Amino acid sequence: MAQPGETQATDIAFPAGSARRMLASALSWFYLAAVYAFIFLPVAVLVLFSFQDGRLPVPPFNGFSLQWYESVFADRKLMAALANSLMVAVASSFVSCLLGFLAAYALARYRLPASALQRGLLIAPMTVSYLIIALGLLAVLNALQVPLSLWTVGIGHVVINLPLCFAIIYASMGDHHVNIERAARDLGASDVKVMALVTAPMLMPSIMAAFFLSITFSWDEFIIAFLLSRFDVTLPVEIWSMLRSGLNPKTNAIGSLVFLASVVVLVVLELALFGRSRKP
Amino acid sequence: MTASVSIRNLTKTFATFKALDDVWLDIAAGEFIVLLGPSGCGKTTLLSILGGFLTPTGGTVTIGDRDMAGVPPALRPTTTMFQDYALFPHMRLIDNVGFGLRMRGMDRASRDAKAAGFLDLVGLKLSARKKPHELSGGQRQRVALARALAVDPDVLLLDEPLGALDLKLRRQMQDELKALQKRVGTTFVHVTHDQEEAMAIADRIVVMNHGRVEDFGPPSDIYMRPKSIFAAGFMGEVNFLSGRVSRVECDAAEVETQIGPIVLPIANFTIARPQAGEHVTLCIRPEHFRTVDRSVAGLSEAVVSDVSFFGTHHRCHLAPVASPERKLVAHMPQSARIARCDRIALAFDPAGVTALPEVPET
Ligand SMILES: Nc1ncnc2c1ncn2[C@@H]1O[C@H](COP(=O)(O)OP(=O)(O)OP(=O)(O)O)[C@@H](O)[C@H]1O
Ligand SMILES: [Mg+2]
Repeated sequence: MAQPGETQATDIAFPAGSARRMLASALSWFYLAAVYAFIFLPVAVLVLFSFQDGRLPVPPFNGFSLQWYESVFADRKLMAALANSLMVAVASSFVSCLLGFLAAYALARYRLPASALQRGLLIAPMTVSYLIIALGLLAVLNALQVPLSLWTVGIGHVVINLPLCFAIIYASMGDHHVNIERAARDLGASDVKVMALVTAPMLMPSIMAAFFLSITFSWDEFIIAFLLSRFDVTLPVEIWSMLRSGLNPKTNAIGSLVFLASVVVLVVLELALFGRSRKP
Repeated sequence: MTASVSIRNLTKTFATFKALDDVWLDIAAGEFIVLLGPSGCGKTTLLSILGGFLTPTGGTVTIGDRDMAGVPPALRPTTTMFQDYALFPHMRLIDNVGFGLRMRGMDRASRDAKAAGFLDLVGLKLSARKKPHELSGGQRQRVALARALAVDPDVLLLDEPLGALDLKLRRQMQDELKALQKRVGTTFVHVTHDQEEAMAIADRIVVMNHGRVEDFGPPSDIYMRPKSIFAAGFMGEVNFLSGRVSRVECDAAEVETQIGPIVLPIANFTIARPQAGEHVTLCIRPEHFRTVDRSVAGLSEAVVSDVSFFGTHHRCHLAPVASPERKLVAHMPQSARIARCDRIALAFDPAGVTALPEVPET
């Protein structure tokens, strides 16, 4: 514990120490840059070559062109897939949040049999791979003779997002809310009214966080959407089928758009919710 | 509106722990009652039972002649003001105060008007559109009070409402609370562990310890004529002296103590008429000591072992000559000239001394 103080003292005494410190700080900046490059270089390349003026999304960069974005927006199938994705994302996230909230409310406020076990069971799907979940659902849907459609994709997304929504909302249901709900009940509110008028609005920041996070997960989820859909498909599945006919700056363009949409959702989430909840 | 409360034979056990043990209380309509006791003595438990948040293990609660068994909080003529205020953080003050009215199906315009009236009552009319997080602790407390009063309860239950405030604000809010209670006439049951607060606001104080009612009465009675050693000690500083009743006359009795014989009026034996030979404990408040010129017959003198000036009085530690290990604390008048090592005559006003049946000294 005394070490930092000692180094500081030697730094003041010998200028050599400050050179060492500069080197350390240069190294840490380099490390930082490397990490971000590692994370974002693929995305940057993807976005860069979506503007490629030519038929191949590989170096060299021939010039700037918006032609691939034009062809993306002209592509009916892609646009239909985009609309499908949006619909599935919003609907499945809404259902996940609703079910997650109700489960969290019940487990946080009532004494239920084996509540620790129930909590564990609700969160467990998070640890199972999407592939396994998709295969399991496929088997069940087949057995029940339910035809594959966007509905079944939505069901799959609820299965993967419910644990997440439950975990986020449950974590925000502190004991300090108990007295507030009691006060509401004391003033004559029924259980349903307490939930709708007091608990849910109070937890709105975390409910919205859960909602937007599930939207981003559902929005670019591939395996479940691929295995559980048939004629109408979501955007990632459509992109996949485009990719099968080879690389093409158009796939870069649509990929960039998907990325942009996720970024927008995250920024909205950050500004609207976390930004506000930081204030008391 | 207002209602009386009567609590009979009330018991509450958590697993094996008795949080309330055979509590009996009769509270008149419009009274300001304070439940006073140390932490963990069962005050919140008693209040929660009155509010309907807990079901008693045994006994009955009657409010305004109605038995409360099985009646949920919403249907009771009580509202509770919680220690942490429990305001709805996402609602404006006017909606907070109007919430109970909304639950009673009142339309927006009339409930806003009524809520504004109650905000005015607590001096927050201009903040009606603010959210709770924009308020100070004292203001939140007032909103909570307005919200609880807005539904016109017969009995208002307050769990340490002033606990979170600083001392100055606390004294100010005490006065406001008391004035407001007199104005609206609602029965208040107020919990605190601050005896000064209790004396400042209560019509009657309930002193509780270990789930039992130790004493119940107006502040002056509890201070001057406590009915238990615990109540005497909890209401303020007190000297305990054990003794034995040596003589009983028609209106006075003599008690033999370590510092000499003390003659007390019979009325000062608060529990039962003294019997000769009985062991008793005398409770003498520091301010009942007197300075005298001559020794009082039979009473020991004392050496001042320590003295400090407190503005309103001198606080002295005394070691009686007859029994030096029996330390006494006395408050002597401002004007008294007292110094360390002085030898003074012990004297006190017998009217201020209470005698209780002896409990084994700890
Ligand atoms: N739900 C419960 N389960 C078990 N024991 C409890 C429960 N609630 C309270 N108790 C116990 O009952 C006793 C009385 O609790 P209570 O909350 O009424 O105390 P209090 O007088 O309000 O104390 P404080 O001044 O600290 O608020 C305590 O010893 C507490 O540990
Ligand atoms: Mg308490």
